[in-house]
Amino acid sequence: MGTFLQHLTNALSLGSLYALLAIGYTMVYGVLRLINFAHGEIFMISMYTVFFGLAIFLLPWYVIFILTIVVTALLGVLAERLAYRPLRDAPRISILISAIAVSYFLQNLATVLFGGRPLTFPQVPLFTDVMALGGVRIPRLSILVPLIAAALLLMLTFLIKRTKTGLAMRAVARDYDAARLMGIDLNWTIAVTFFIGSALAGVGAIMWGMKYPQINPTVGAMPGIKCFIAAVLGGIGNTAGAVIGGLVLGFAEIMLVALWPALSGYRDAFAFVLLIVVLLVKPTGLMGEKTTEKV
Amino acid sequence: MRLDIRDLRVSYGGIKALKGISLSVDEGKIVTLIGANGAGKSTTLRAISGLQKVESGAIVYNDENITGMPAKEIVRRGIVMVPEGRRVFPDMSVRENLLIGAFLRTNKAQIEEDLVYVYTLFPRLKERTWQMAGTLSGGEQQMLAVGRALMSRPKLLIMDEPSLGLAPLVVRDIFSIIRRVNEDGITVLLIEQNANAALRVAHYGYVLETGSIALEGPGRDLLVNPSVQEAYLGKQRKKDKKPQEAK
Ligand SMILES: Nc1ncnc2c1ncn2[C@@H]1O[C@H](COP(=O)(O)OP(=O)(O)OP(=O)(O)O)[C@@H](O)[C@H]1O
Ligand SMILES: [Mg+2]
Repeated sequence: MGTFLQHLTNALSLGSLYALLAIGYTMVYGVLRLINFAHGEIFMISMYTVFFGLAIFLLPWYVIFILTIVVTALLGVLAERLAYRPLRDAPRISILISAIAVSYFLQNLATVLFGGRPLTFPQVPLFTDVMALGGVRIPRLSILVPLIAAALLLMLTFLIKRTKTGLAMRAVARDYDAARLMGIDLNWTIAVTFFIGSALAGVGAIMWGMKYPQINPTVGAMPGIKCFIAAVLGGIGNTAGAVIGGLVLGFAEIMLVALWPALSGYRDAFAFVLLIVVLLVKPTGLMGEKTTEKV
Repeated sequence: MRLDIRDLRVSYGGIKALKGISLSVDEGKIVTLIGANGAGKSTTLRAISGLQKVESGAIVYNDENITGMPAKEIVRRGIVMVPEGRRVFPDMSVRENLLIGAFLRTNKAQIEEDLVYVYTLFPRLKERTWQMAGTLSGGEQQMLAVGRALMSRPKLLIMDEPSLGLAPLVVRDIFSIIRRVNEDGITVLLIEQNANAALRVAHYGYVLETGSIALEGPGRDLLVNPSVQEAYLGKQRKKDKKPQEAK
């Protein structure tokens, strides 16, 4: 029972982290029909930001957390402004290549600036302490991560469904010209989308770092690709789908490790297998839309 | 309200879609622009509404040059377009589609008022307030597209082939709505393939032929003009009749 509870909280917190990152992929895909390959690197930069703020500049954790989220969000907006917007009317493949370029650029920039040697993500006791729950010892983080993620997802849902900005985002995701004819500012709406998606990646990176406290310039690559998988799994373009895809992937991975420890070395490969199986059965993903898209 | 287009030119790559057209729309009128497929009708409207970049020429609205302004600024000034092919938002409800038409407005009470106005124009939409727009029939979607445009309180409503693909009865409804909103004080610039219906409802008309204005005049004059009749109203002069049609 105790270990089951541990696995459950583990799966839930890993799944929530995946969900936070997967939403960024899905939102950007929604408005640009672009797989933002730089998303994982934006995640990586936020981990470094936390490291320097906490371990070098010794700022209080709440200051540096907020700062990190803002920096990450702005980095996402900057990438869109410089690397994607000029190519918005170009063939899709150009903007995709541009995303790959941004991804490698950020990885190499991090190597130049921070070196290739792994750093240790600083611990914030308030989050990383272990607490006893029903006789089992569980890191407080495993409880906090799903709660924080759930709160953010509720806020995001409210934003998308109930605010004017959300209305604009949904309109832009569907039809650029029709949205512009309503008086919606395309550039602004797309920038806001990048801001939100990257901010969520920033939150994800902070919590990821406390859970898996190692930073190097390629630390974003694997979470990045897995969360892209989660987004596709759920049905890319669909926010609820990204959350479900993230949770499914998190649970599947933890359960694989729990039930067949001998296979735990294959947990990363397992994500790809899961993706292939789901796409074979349901090509649009779990929550995918039936309507054919522009791409 | 007054719209003047002067010597407007638009090209797509090397293709000249508009070769310098000039036209005017006066306050309170229904003006129509007719022409064959590919004549440049949609291009003209897309240029006015800020969706299409202009090569040269001027679009002047109430003495202000609005050429090249972002679409948002043009909507703000009271020019709104019902695009070709309706382009409603399929995964939003009828109500949301109408509300998004009022995107730039902030006065909630006035928006509610206009919602009531649109629902009286289109009772069918009222019954379907919560239905997803994608599941509406073609005619209902066209009504929604018109209603959505009206939600911005336009001074000038520009419409790109509102009757396209609709059954004759629905076409009649759409044209009577056009007349109705015009009587309510909205100026209309209308593009149509259905030249007959358009010229009947219009005060003034322009005939566009491969990027140039070929003819212009009051609607009923164009309706009886022999070359318009021949080219756009499907009426043929006797001497042109083919033998097999003469039975
Ligand atoms: N995006 C585009 N790229 C290249 N050429 C275009 C584009 N849009 C329109 N054209 C060309 O410009 C010309 C005018 O097109 P436009 O859509 O304005 O015609 P139209 O009068 O609205 O025709 P229809 O009645 O068929 O809608 C056509 O020759 C068309 O092929
Ligand atoms: Mg057209």
